[in-house]
Amino acid sequence: MTSTEGGTSDALAAAGRAAQVAATFADEVDRCARFPREALDAVRGAGLLSAWLPSRLGGRDATLAQMAEVTTVLGRACSATAMIFAMHQSQIACLMRHADTDPLVDLTRRVAREGLLVASATTEIGVGGDVRRSTTAVEEDGHGGFTLVKRAPVISYASESDIILVTARRNADAAPTDQVLVACEKADLDLRQTETWDTLGLRGTCSPGFELTARSSVAHILPTPYDEISTRTMLPVAHILWSACWLGIAEGAADKARRFVREQARRRPGSTPPGALRLAELDVRLAAFRARVRWAAEAFDASGGSERTIGQSIDDNVLKVFASEAVVDIVTRALAVVGIAGYSLASPWCLGRPLRDAHGAALMVNNDRILANTATLELVHRGERR
Amino acid sequence: MTSETTTIREVLAAHGRLSADAHDIAEDADLYALGLASHATVNVVMALEDELDIEIPDELLVKSTFASIGDIRRALATVDS
Repeated sequence: MTSTEGGTSDALAAAGRAAQVAATFADEVDRCARFPREALDAVRGAGLLSAWLPSRLGGRDATLAQMAEVTTVLGRACSATAMIFAMHQSQIACLMRHADTDPLVDLTRRVAREGLLVASATTEIGVGGDVRRSTTAVEEDGHGGFTLVKRAPVISYASESDIILVTARRNADAAPTDQVLVACEKADLDLRQTETWDTLGLRGTCSPGFELTARSSVAHILPTPYDEISTRTMLPVAHILWSACWLGIAEGAADKARRFVREQARRRPGSTPPGALRLAELDVRLAAFRARVRWAAEAFDASGGSERTIGQSIDDNVLKVFASEAVVDIVTRALAVVGIAGYSLASPWCLGRPLRDAHGAALMVNNDRILANTATLELVHRGERR
Repeated sequence: MTSETTTIREVLAAHGRLSADAHDIAEDADLYALGLASHATVNVVMALEDELDIEIPDELLVKSTFASIGDIRRALATVDS
């Protein structure tokens, strides 16, 4: 066995153990809209929070494909745990690939050593959901420090995070699109909650709105412009790992449908229960979903961090749209297999949680916005392939 | 080359939505710092293709191609008309 294969099975075995913890608390996390603390402790304890980092930064040289598999395993048990893991890894990718100054490298090493959880504040009230524009600006004090104040409609797991990567205009005179990404440590942050998070699904991500005030050193501003960080790293990684999370939700619902059909078959030996045909149809879609996510993750690993072409950016965008529709389709099909028992909140076969979670997928960065951006790219895309 | 640079400046002035006049900026001025956004870049690409009667291949449609007037000019020099 090569070390890579060993690493994969280690990561998956660790993810499996964390997923068992996540499964134990998933209903309570959903019901109470609380942070999945036990599962995240298990994920941290297994070294998975920093596994993707290279060993020189304290990680285990894992790949995005492995992180996607871990996300799916977690998502099968608890969508909130998987989505928090996915969002954290998107920030890890930014630190790993775009934070190559001494102070930021030190910070990234601390993330690995101390098992820190990294969150993100990109959306802002007043920009209409367009994360590539900011109103707020970094205001330098002339002595190496800065202040920024951001009104964010959502920041996932902000209260539980140790670091938040925040977008802002480079300075007070910069254009709305001239953004930087700033690594703000908890001690440098003042978070005033302005909204509540009481949603249909993904309740355990704990994503209310905040007025965020950061006072820190300009050394914590990532040197690469955010525009480039977003296109090359944050957007592709986020879409791949969100899709892996939604695949996990779909797998979890399919698991339940499969168990249901087997139990029905046992009750009437010799006859194929009607749900089995529906289950076979579900598997047609599920196999395509799995292949699509795996292909995207492996292609990203193979691209080695090079600049994204128009074709790759279109791939990044349409993956998110595809996966967000596929998860709703598959959970709905699972519900059709299970029937009324899946509709009953009192039944152990209930599929309410995955159904509610699945419907968040098209809304978190709305598919309409992503399709509109893609439509613009299509105007100059010739469809050539790498 | 000079006429091509003029065309690039005219296209940027018409479609780039920059915060400065594209006719007056330096050849190495950072177009993204001047507010060039992705939607505007697409319009710039289409206008350049029309004006210069070329097809810009996908591998050149990356952010660094449009970082400055000089970068655009150097990238276009590699395109066959």
